Amino acid sequence: MLLSLMIFIPLLGMVVVLLLPRESEELVKRVTLIFTLIPLALAVYLFISYDRSTAGTQFFHGPVPWIDAFNIQYHVGIDGLSVTLLLLTALLGPICVIASWRNIEKGIKAYMALFLLLETGMLGFFAALDLFLFYVFFELTLLPMYFLIGVWGGPRREYAAIKFFLYTLFGSVLMLVAMIAVYLNSNIVNGVAEGARTFDIPTLITLAATQGHALADPDFQVWVFVGFFIGFAVKVPIFPFHTWLPDAHVEAPTAISVILAGILLKMGTYGLVRVNMAMFPQGLAHFTDGIGFWGNSLALLGFINIVYGSFCALAQTDFKKLVAYSSIGHMGFVILGLAARNSEGITGAILQMFNHGVISAMLFLLVGVLYDRAHHREINGFGGLGTRMPIYTGITTLAFMASLGLPGLSGFVGEALSLLGAYDRFKFLTILSTIGIVVGAAYFLWTLQRVFLGTLNPKYEALPEINGREILTLVPLGILTIVLGVWPNFAIDMFRESVTNLIDVLHAI
Amino acid sequence: MKNIDSLLYFTPEILLVIFAVAVILLDLVVKNRESSAVAHLSLVGCICTFAAVLFLHFSFGDEGPISLFLGMIRLDAFSSFFKILLLLATAATILFSLRSEELDARLKGEYYALLLAITLGMFLMASSTNLLMIFISLETVSLTSYILAGFLTHNPRSSEAAFKYITYGAVASGTMLFGLSFLFGMTGTGDLAQIAGRLTELLAAGDIAPIAVLIAITFVLAGVGYKIASVPFHMWSPDVYEGAPIPITAFLSVASKSAGFALFIRFFYTGFGSTELMQAVDWPFMLAIISALTMTVGNLAALPQQNVKRLLAYSSIAHGGYLLMGGILLTSEGIGAILFYLVVYLFMNLGAFYVVVLIANEVGSEMVDGYRGLSSRAPVVAVAMMIFLVSLAGIPPFAGFFGKWLLFTAVLEQGYYWLALVGLLNSVVSLYYYARIVKAMFFEEADEETDSVSFSTGTFALLSVFVIPTIFIGFLNIFYTFSNISVSVLPIQ
Repeated sequence: MLLSLMIFIPLLGMVVVLLLPRESEELVKRVTLIFTLIPLALAVYLFISYDRSTAGTQFFHGPVPWIDAFNIQYHVGIDGLSVTLLLLTALLGPICVIASWRNIEKGIKAYMALFLLLETGMLGFFAALDLFLFYVFFELTLLPMYFLIGVWGGPRREYAAIKFFLYTLFGSVLMLVAMIAVYLNSNIVNGVAEGARTFDIPTLITLAATQGHALADPDFQVWVFVGFFIGFAVKVPIFPFHTWLPDAHVEAPTAISVILAGILLKMGTYGLVRVNMAMFPQGLAHFTDGIGFWGNSLALLGFINIVYGSFCALAQTDFKKLVAYSSIGHMGFVILGLAARNSEGITGAILQMFNHGVISAMLFLLVGVLYDRAHHREINGFGGLGTRMPIYTGITTLAFMASLGLPGLSGFVGEALSLLGAYDRFKFLTILSTIGIVVGAAYFLWTLQRVFLGTLNPKYEALPEINGREILTLVPLGILTIVLGVWPNFAIDMFRESVTNLIDVLHAI
Repeated sequence: MKNIDSLLYFTPEILLVIFAVAVILLDLVVKNRESSAVAHLSLVGCICTFAAVLFLHFSFGDEGPISLFLGMIRLDAFSSFFKILLLLATAATILFSLRSEELDARLKGEYYALLLAITLGMFLMASSTNLLMIFISLETVSLTSYILAGFLTHNPRSSEAAFKYITYGAVASGTMLFGLSFLFGMTGTGDLAQIAGRLTELLAAGDIAPIAVLIAITFVLAGVGYKIASVPFHMWSPDVYEGAPIPITAFLSVASKSAGFALFIRFFYTGFGSTELMQAVDWPFMLAIISALTMTVGNLAALPQQNVKRLLAYSSIAHGGYLLMGGILLTSEGIGAILFYLVVYLFMNLGAFYVVVLIANEVGSEMVDGYRGLSSRAPVVAVAMMIFLVSLAGIPPFAGFFGKWLLFTAVLEQGYYWLALVGLLNSVVSLYYYARIVKAMFFEEADEETDSVSFSTGTFALLSVFVIPTIFIGFLNIFYTFSNISVSVLPIQ
């Protein structure tokens, strides 16, 4: 019940916001803030009271029958992986509302309403335990995102918005085919149909591990794996499905970039863990067993993401585009860690998901702060800002260091664990992947030098320092970065049992 | 059942005839040209017929299908389902026409009488079980639609539409009649169920070649395909949809298509649905090809359109293709999916056309550019239109998604993976042109300073009649059950 409350409170908030008068903008913002703070409070409660000693899903609601004709149920629950990401989502909610406080000029009511709808979609996605429900929540985030980029975005917003929409929809229709195929085969044992079909994810995971069940057929698993994989790969994004991301990020308003990098990309990797790995271990094995081209393909994609993303970031002169490409690079570590299929790799990947959510959110907020003042993002157009904006410079340096993987800050732990796990399985690719870390350090340090060091550009002598509201959005994220850097078990404890459980599933085949 | 006894079960059709005549008579009496009395009378006609359909269904539905007029038509849950659907479409069209400013006030009587007459024809299309009756009902509908399409007598495009429509229609029904004569010649009977039995015997005995049956089916498909605007019989529809008055375009795209599918399902399911016939004559494969072509051609042709009416016309062709997917192999799941989708399609497509009527009245334009900045001028209408378009594209959480989902499940269940993939990629393509209208409404500013447009409460009420089902149908169990019950009465060979 608590979980459902958390998911649908933003939706209720959307209705409330829509009923408020259009003129009272301050009221709209405050109401939205309240409706994002409630899920945060609930998420913190769930995070604290979650039983860390078990891998089983907790805080169930359902299964409640929804569409009987197809045995579709409303069924939500959380395990260690989802509770971490729910906390991240709920945390970024109010932060984004505060970040949007001053710089959304038109239609604030519609903006906030769409934002709340988006939050319901994201929270529901991480908690759904019915495949159909999972898909509906997945797609529910599309429409608000399309409008948030398309209406409130930068100069090329229309192009970016439709590109995002089409790419994601292309991925999700392939996922839909795979989903229907799973449903249709869910009651076939040894070639004979038995009982009712189901969309229930825990049941499907059990069935897919049952000898003789149609879902356990290796060939079937490989095909369905590919269908789901492309759907999630567009979202992550994994090369070559990544080209929508730089466009969407550059055009989106600051808060939406934060959500995009912080949560939407994680939806892709979360889907990979929840569906592709847990449900189709044999499909996964086909692409990660290290034999031949296909056996290395997933690790290869991770490697390409890391190296390609980093080099692309190095070449950027637009601050926001640089951060966008660095996201592609960092998501590569998640893929590499998952491809390792061992405890270190998967733990590292999940930790990296959370850390990247925090760090990239910080980076995009920081880019937004600078853009609001200077009205451009050209890295070479600045210089010497360190003397003018010391606090801003300090926070940015922290975020940069965390992102480039400085030990002691959170980015390091996730990447190190991913590489550690991957080295065990894919030595050559892992060694090559470290190039990405070096390049990552290069572009962040170079950017630091170009923007903050050197002589101050006279144009920006009057640039105001970061203000209290902006600091308020960055502080919680900054604290998390440091805490997770020195005490990663704070997060790892949450999903340790879930990972052990997943490893058991993966090794059972 | 004998003719006289059948009349009781024929009440809805008789009511339609009575009201059509009454509308003409009332039009003679009413002197005031601005009066909307005839429209309201025809609306009352729809409501009375609706009541009669429901009454018959609930009084005699339990007794199973009833065969009327010596086996010419059948009263069953399947036909009742379509009658309700068609009446909803007709009532909506009457309400659109009331608000449309295109129509000639002098011809109101004829207009509404013809609308009731075409509904009668469609009722018969949904219930015919005899070749003769099938052809007559099809012709009733066609002839009436030619007149309605050309109803804007002062507009050359409307006359062009009517002329094109009649030319195509004549060829299509001629071809179909030829196909029907083949079937009659081979079997010596006009009754669909008997044809199925005779054909199976003849094929088993080797008395006729399977190719003869295939030719007959192909010719009949010309007639049916023309009604549902499937490739290659679709060419009339963009011109007709663009030239006809908007309410009629809406009516043709929904009601005509639904009636076409009713006929298609009954003809193929009853006549050719048996496994033996499907094995002897591979018509499901032919249908799969037609379905794939129809949606692809419709969607690709819709991409560059600037006129919203024409864009929706091509989109409606594409939707015919999606619907046909459920028709291949004719499993009960597939037909249930078609029926469900037709309900969803009724609301979302009529809703979209209603917005087109409103914008044509207020802005005077049917072009995509006319929708620019609509979100600031008329936010409620813009949001409603967005919901219709997104639902047409098949994106959750709107009803269009659930409809498509049912269709794709039915197709995949039959192992037609390639067709499902073609269909799904098509829905990605379709998003692009629907999104163009959304983009114009929400992302672009109006050219000059235009005032915000205000609409009456009645307009919003009617709009919500379409919006609310488009949002909620997918979440309600009852509609899935409803479509399944309607299928269960069809005789399975």
